[in-house]
Order: sequence, then C-alpha cells, then structure tokens
Amino acid sequence: MKQEEVNDKGRRDFLKTAALATVAATACGSLACSCNSKKAPVSDKVKLLSPTGEIVEIDSAYLNHEEHMAIVSKLEAREGIAGKKFVMVVDLAKCKNARSCVSACQKWHYRPKETEWLTVKLLQDSDKAAPYWFPKQCFHCDNPPCVKVCPVDATYKRQDGIVLIDSDRCIGCKFCMAACPYSTRVFNWDEPELSLDIKNLAYSPETGIPAKVGTVEKCDFCPDRAREGLLPPCVEACPNGVFYFGDENEDTVSNGLETVSFTQLIKDRSGYRFMEDLGTKPRVYYLPPKDREFPVEKGYQDADSAIKERFKDFKDILEAKE
Amino acid sequence: MELNNYQQEAFEYQRKNIEKYGKRAWGWTIFYVLCILVGLYALYLQIAKGHGVTGMRDNVVWGLFIVNFIFFIGLSYAGAIIAGLLHLSKVTWGKPIIRLAQFMTLVSVIIGPIFILLCVGRFDRMHHLFIYPRIQSPLTWDVMAVITFFVGSVLFLYLALIKDFAVYRDAKLNIPKWKQKLYKVLALGYRGAASQKRHLIISQNLMAVIMIPLAIMVASILSWIFGMTLRPGWHSTIFGPYFVLGAVYSGCGLLIVAMWFYRKLYKLDYYFTDKHFTYLGYVMLILAAGYGYFTFSEYFTDWFASEKWNSELIHKLFSTSEYGWWTLFANAAGIALPIAIVAIPATRKPGPITIAAFIMVIAMWVKRYLIIVPTLETTLLPMQDTRTEYVKYAATWPEWALTIAGIASFLLFFTVMSKFVTVVPVSGLEDTHTVHEQHLLHPEPTLENTSKA
Repeated sequence: MKQEEVNDKGRRDFLKTAALATVAATACGSLACSCNSKKAPVSDKVKLLSPTGEIVEIDSAYLNHEEHMAIVSKLEAREGIAGKKFVMVVDLAKCKNARSCVSACQKWHYRPKETEWLTVKLLQDSDKAAPYWFPKQCFHCDNPPCVKVCPVDATYKRQDGIVLIDSDRCIGCKFCMAACPYSTRVFNWDEPELSLDIKNLAYSPETGIPAKVGTVEKCDFCPDRAREGLLPPCVEACPNGVFYFGDENEDTVSNGLETVSFTQLIKDRSGYRFMEDLGTKPRVYYLPPKDREFPVEKGYQDADSAIKERFKDFKDILEAKE
Repeated sequence: MELNNYQQEAFEYQRKNIEKYGKRAWGWTIFYVLCILVGLYALYLQIAKGHGVTGMRDNVVWGLFIVNFIFFIGLSYAGAIIAGLLHLSKVTWGKPIIRLAQFMTLVSVIIGPIFILLCVGRFDRMHHLFIYPRIQSPLTWDVMAVITFFVGSVLFLYLALIKDFAVYRDAKLNIPKWKQKLYKVLALGYRGAASQKRHLIISQNLMAVIMIPLAIMVASILSWIFGMTLRPGWHSTIFGPYFVLGAVYSGCGLLIVAMWFYRKLYKLDYYFTDKHFTYLGYVMLILAAGYGYFTFSEYFTDWFASEKWNSELIHKLFSTSEYGWWTLFANAAGIALPIAIVAIPATRKPGPITIAAFIMVIAMWVKRYLIIVPTLETTLLPMQDTRTEYVKYAATWPEWALTIAGIASFLLFFTVMSKFVTVVPVSGLEDTHTVHEQHLLHPEPTLENTSKA
C-alpha cells in the first residue's frame, strides 16, 4: 500500500518534468542516451526499474558494453573539455541502496570490490530525523581542498569542472586524502591486481587505468565517456534514475531515462549541496529525500549480509519495520 | 690555536674521548647498526610489498611515520632555538651545552624528513617535488623550509666547530692520520688571526640570528600541513604557536636528558653542573606551563563550543574506552609532572629533573600521536566500513621497526659525534665558575674589542 503511494507520487513528479525534458533533450547535443545500441537481442533479459517506479525488462544486449575510449594527451587531460561545466544531481528520494552504481563503477574502472570510488552511505542528520541512503562520489569541488594541498600538481581542477589525478605524477604523500573532508579518495596500498591486458593499457588521467601502486585515485566523473557523449556507468546502471549527469553551461542533466533542465530540477526539488558550510563548492547537488519512492528499510533488507554489517548502528530502526 | 688555561683544561679533560673510540662505544654502535638494519629490512618489505604492510589505510592515511616526523623535526627546531639564544645571550653558563643542542638540531633535521619519505607512497618520484613544485601547497612550503633549515643548521654547527677543529688539529692527538687530516681540512686554516676571529664571530652571530626566526617559521609551516585542512582538531588558528612551543618544550627535555647522560658517561660534572639542570629545569617549567595553557585552550574551546565533529574528537580523546588513558598520560606526564618536579625544591635536582624530562619527551611523542591519529579516525561522514583496519589505526611491526631504527640513528649520531668532537665546546668556553661572577666587572669581549685584538 505504502509502496503504491510512493510510486504514484513519483509518477506525478515525472509528468511534471516530462514537458521540460522534451525541450531540454533537443538542446542536449552531446549527452546522448545510451539506449541506441543496434545489437541483436540475446534473450538474456535484465529487470530494471524505471524512474516512474515501473519494472521494465530490457535485453542485456542493449546494455552498454563500450570499450574504453581513445585516450587523450596529458595536456588535454589537464585542460578538460572546452565549453563544458559538468555537474551531477543525486536524487535521494529515489535511492534504495541497490548498489548497481557501485558495481558498475568498479567494473568500468577495473577496481576490486573493496575499492569504492562511489559508495552508498546511510545518513541520519539527527536522532529523530529519518535515515536516508546517500550515494557519495567525488564532489569535484570548485574550491577543492585536495587540489590546494597537492605539492606536485598531480591532482588538478580542469576548466570543465572535473578534478582529476595524474597517477604518473602522484608521489603518494596522501595529503589530498587528509585534506578531503568527504573521505572520497582511496589509495593503492598494494600493487593493484589487474589482468595483463589491462595493465598494458596506455595510462590516461581521464581513464585512471591502469591503477598504480602507491598513488591516490578517486571518482573521475568519467571524462573519457563524456568526450563521447556518454553518461558515467553509475548513472546508466542505476535502476531508479537516481543520478543525473550533465552540463551546467547547457543547463541540462540526464539520468539516462529523462533529460531535464538542471536549474529547474534544483529549483523544483530544493536541490542543495552537501556540507555547503565547508566552502568547498561541490559540483554535485542533492535532491532531498522527500516523497521517497522506497522505504529506507528496503535498501537494508535487500542488501547482502556484508553490506548489512556496515549499517549495524541502524539495525534497530531498519529491522523493526519489517 | 691559542687557548686560555680554562679552555686548555677543558680540552685536556676531554682529549681521551676523541682519541679513542672505546669498547663501549663500539658495542653501542654495533647495536644501533643492527637496529637500523632491521629497519632497513622493514623498509625493503614496504617497498617490495607496498604500503599495505603498514597499519595506514584510507581513513588514517598518516601514522607513526608522521608522528616521528613531527617529533624529530620538533627536536631539531628546539635545538636551533636553544643554541641560537644561548649563543646570542651573554649567559656564560649556557656555553657548554650549545654543542649538544646543535647536535640535536642537525641529526633530527636529517632523521625527521626521512620519516616523511617513508610515508610517501612513491619515493621513486621524490624529484617531482622539484620538477613540478606547486607553491600553494603547505607541503611545498615545508619542503623549502626543511631544506633551508637543514642548510642553516649544518652551517650553524660547522661555524661553531671551526675553532675547535683548529684546536684538535694543533693538539698532536694520538689519532690515525685520516682523522688528523680531516680535522685539518675542516679547520679551514683557522689560526686565530684577528680577521679570522672577526669573520667567524660575525657569521656565527648572523647564523644564530637567522636560525631562531627560521626555526619558528619552519615549525609553524609544519603545523600548517595540518592546520590548513578542514579536519577537526587540526583546523585551528593556534596550531602554529602550539607546534613551536611543543617543539622547544620537547627539545628542552631531551637536552636535559642528553646533558645528564654525557655528564655521567664522560664525567663532565664540572661543565654540566647542577646549576645547568636547575636552569634548564626552570626553562622546562615555563614551557610546560605554556604548553599546558595552549592544550587547555585548544580542548576547552572545542569542548565548550561543541561543534559536531570537534565534540566527537574530544569525546574520543577523553573517553577511557578510546584514547582517554593516553590523553591523561600525555598531559599528566607531559605537563604536570615536569612542573611539579621543578617547582618542588626537594626534587629540583639533576636526577629527578632528568627523569621528569625523559618521561615528558615520551609523553610529547604520545601527544603528537594524539594530534595525528584520532583526528584522522574522525571522518566527517560516517565510515560505515566493515574492515576494522580501515576504521582504527594500529601500527604494524615494520612501522615500529622503522621507528626504532630512527631512534637508533639518532643515538648513533650522538655516539659517533661525541667521539669526533668534544661534547663540551672548547674554544668558545668561558669559565663557568669564575667568569659568571666577574661578568659584571669585566664585560665579555664584544665585536669591537675582538677585532682590535
């Protein structure tokens, strides 16, 4: 019963933004939706949940299998994509800790299961406040504390807003990790386990592949894919359309299912930036978890035991409602 | 080199120390070298297997290595400030201990930065600091500061040694030829001519004047590596002076320990008198009070204003299930104990003062640990990590082995140096027992009257 209510609300929201989306979609030249694959169906169906709350079956052949993109020069990787200003919007009302984003990210970047560039936290702002799922990646801050402290310019801010790391230059001092208030960065403590063909790939800061021991890495907003007009894997993989990725200059963001006006979305849904008071000016906006599509317990109950263990502090709240 | 009777006496007294290395010194040297070798093996493991062999992980990215870095580099800054002040001031009692302070400066400024290198994931890329320097990073400031300070302390120590090298050269010591030659080269042909004296005094005074503010600057820059971040417990405006004071304080303690040790070992009671312990004890007391004051303001303001993360950190530091006992030790042994020992006349004696100083130095190391690790364990977002080693830092044996290797290197330097030059400087010495009283009647030679001589 409750589920239906939530879904119904979601549908109304969608209709509201649909008109906007059509206008925005025509304006959006470079950010193609990734559902235009011309491959033959392989009859291996995958169940996905649309942003409207409906379950749709899609042939797995239509899912993305892009190879890694051609790499750009170090200089280009430092300058960024001209005319762009990438931005992300995360709709907390739609997240149910499905963690498809996490595995898609790990797969795309060939990172092991323990390494989460993107992670899903369970936050509760105060004792009486309702807990909510909080996907967190690099915020690509406009006033990045990590970039400020790097002694060798290995991590840098590009004109398109993306904060990248050059693992060929990084000395592994970890100052950026200490400086990042969001604990976004991860370190290659040991030699990364990669297959030989991945290890032999030409490195680019835009792909972050292959990972290098003794250096820092993090979410990179997948600029290699953005160059090709593709959305990051986390955005595409999310069954609920939680992530919207796009260009602030074009005022367009897309979650792969709908393309909407960034300012309108932020305006309509009271978008905010996480820990604004730190002054870091993140490029990731959050939409508050109002009128949620899923009860928060669902994300806990559906998770496997290892993931459940992470949220043991919330056990009482999350299991009581079962 | 001409020496007055008092200086000659001081030299003759210490002659045997630099003539013979001695069985005991050899024994300790071998022991220290073994400790260093174990450390080198740990370092080999760390290079071969990656930093995974340490206890550092993504949340606590800095551990023992950075604690040691702050500790040693603090001793170094302290040595420079103390030696600089003693050199510039007219207090005659201070002259015999200048060399120990300078030893401390030089060896610590070498060992400290080595710990930074150990903490860096890719030290095959250290040249990047110079080919891709980024001036806005506090770490770049620190690289420049430490290098400048290193050059400064080498010069400062060397200038103070030139006269002594000339003394050793001329003394017909019973030593091997190479050592004789080395003294000759290092003395730079110093004969005690008027112009030589003048140049030396000017350069020494200049270096002392440079080293004091330099040490204050570099200690502040060190603190800013932490102070410039947005982390609870680090992002504090008093961090600069707090680190300067902490450095001088721990250095003062170690100087007392070194003084006591060499007094016993080389029977230098005549030069390191009870008065030295009392005076340095007073200095330690004042610094302890100052450090206690800073610590109190730091904790009290954080606790009272009770911002979310600061409170969380304060809770960690004071809760007995986490760092409570360490915090108690750091403050009771690191602040209260030295004050009490020096304040009470009955315990104001070399032995108790040295014990208090020694415990305080350890407590100050613990204090540095409490500055680094609990803050890194206090993330702004909940960790929600099931990997215990990612949540809580626990140093591993390679980290401890390298820490011990660092301490062994420190002691090895002192052992070797005390066999190479006299622990009590000879040529710069004034009669501590007589000159002190005569001081008012016959002012010390100043720049003008030395140049005339």
